[in-house]
Amino acid sequence: MENREKEVLKVSAIKNGTVLDHIPSEQLFRVIDILRLNLSTTPITFGMNLDSKSLKSKAIIKISDRFFEDDEINRIALIAPNASMNIIRNFEVIEKRVLSIPETITGIVRCINPVCVTNHQEIETKFHTYEKDGKIELHCHYCEKTTGLKNLKIITNDR
Amino acid sequence: MAKSLISIHDFSKEEILHILEVAREFEQNKSQTFLSDKVIACIFFEPSTRTRLSFETASNRLGARVIGFPDAGNTSVRKGESLKDTIKMVSNYADLIVMRHPLEGSARYASEVASVPVINAGDGANQHPTQTLLDLYSILQTQGTLENLTINMVGDLKYGRTVHSLLQAMSHFSPSFIFTAPEELKMPEEYKNFLSQKEIPYSETLDLNEHLKTTDILYMTRVQQERFTDPMEYERVKDTYRLTARLLEGVRDNMKVLHPLPRLTEIANDVDETPYAYYFKQAENGVYVRMAIIAYLLGKR
Ligand SMILES: [Zn+2]
Repeated sequence: MENREKEVLKVSAIKNGTVLDHIPSEQLFRVIDILRLNLSTTPITFGMNLDSKSLKSKAIIKISDRFFEDDEINRIALIAPNASMNIIRNFEVIEKRVLSIPETITGIVRCINPVCVTNHQEIETKFHTYEKDGKIELHCHYCEKTTGLKNLKIITNDR
Repeated sequence: MAKSLISIHDFSKEEILHILEVAREFEQNKSQTFLSDKVIACIFFEPSTRTRLSFETASNRLGARVIGFPDAGNTSVRKGESLKDTIKMVSNYADLIVMRHPLEGSARYASEVASVPVINAGDGANQHPTQTLLDLYSILQTQGTLENLTINMVGDLKYGRTVHSLLQAMSHFSPSFIFTAPEELKMPEEYKNFLSQKEIPYSETLDLNEHLKTTDILYMTRVQQERFTDPMEYERVKDTYRLTARLLEGVRDNMKVLHPLPRLTEIANDVDETPYAYYFKQAENGVYVRMAIIAYLLGKR
């Protein structure tokens, strides 16, 4: 516990806002993409390649003056299933939330199937999530093909 | 959103049985023109003469008028019109849309955009639910029941969407399956897992002869050359899975051979003369089943 707190301190503390912790380092930029943090106007600090007990190397994001709805934040559970969200008020953690993968995912992920209609027409993608052997799979609402997390292609903002 | 038929999963067991019952009614009384005030759009973005003629016959026998196009060749689609716009437009003209399209998922999308029911007449390699329903009807008509039958699927079990849909639809009726396929074209794990979860027994074999005598329905499929990396392998397999009249000696009296057609070489012509051949009648059944689906989706049955 003490170790963890020290880790957190490597990135400067925020007064009010949201801290996303235990993001795998290699997923940091995808998380930024999904949450559209590049469009944010409030101060944000990132830390990456930090030591972590449970991950090879973790990243932290601290977003000042911004609070997320569950729907919004759960979208990142796809690529950072063990991430946690701390809500900070007046430098204190007032709430910790564990992420969970939503049953339906719309518009973040591209379908792996090259002949899926969503890859040819202007259609928002939609997937139903399933757990299979401890792994999450995305079942395309349209073509009914399965996209595994390994093959995940995130639709980026600057598409 | 109007009730559509996009995937066989869209119909419950009860709905499937209802459709089959209505199909039986139409087979007994082939022309019932109670849809004479309806317009049905058959829009085929890729050609499939067999399926289109079946749907158009079904529509005509119900008295409906048919509009549409047999392929995307000379349409506004060719000029780059989006699927959404085409469907919106056709929705305004017709009471029901029958659609075939090469892209997977296109039919589901069309049903979300359309204000009228959509019937999927094939979306790429994904779904072709009216084929599955006509297969079920053929099984019911020849066996008198759908329950407790042994279904032997032969040929391309890996890529064949008809066998996958039929397998899922039959899972309502406690069947046993035999999968007869070459190594390259075996039934995919996901479907075998599906059966295991439902405690439905199956066995696999390379040998067409092995289970013929305990089969109720022999469901043959095309083995297509383009599925093989090695042309020699194709030549070998092609002959191994060739059904002949001689092979059918000693099979069950009730056994019937089904095939979604068109066939290549997998069923010899001499099988046509045996009492086991049912594939031409199976194609004819497609008309009654499609009549039943159209009538049901328009709330008339
Ligand atoms: Zn898809």
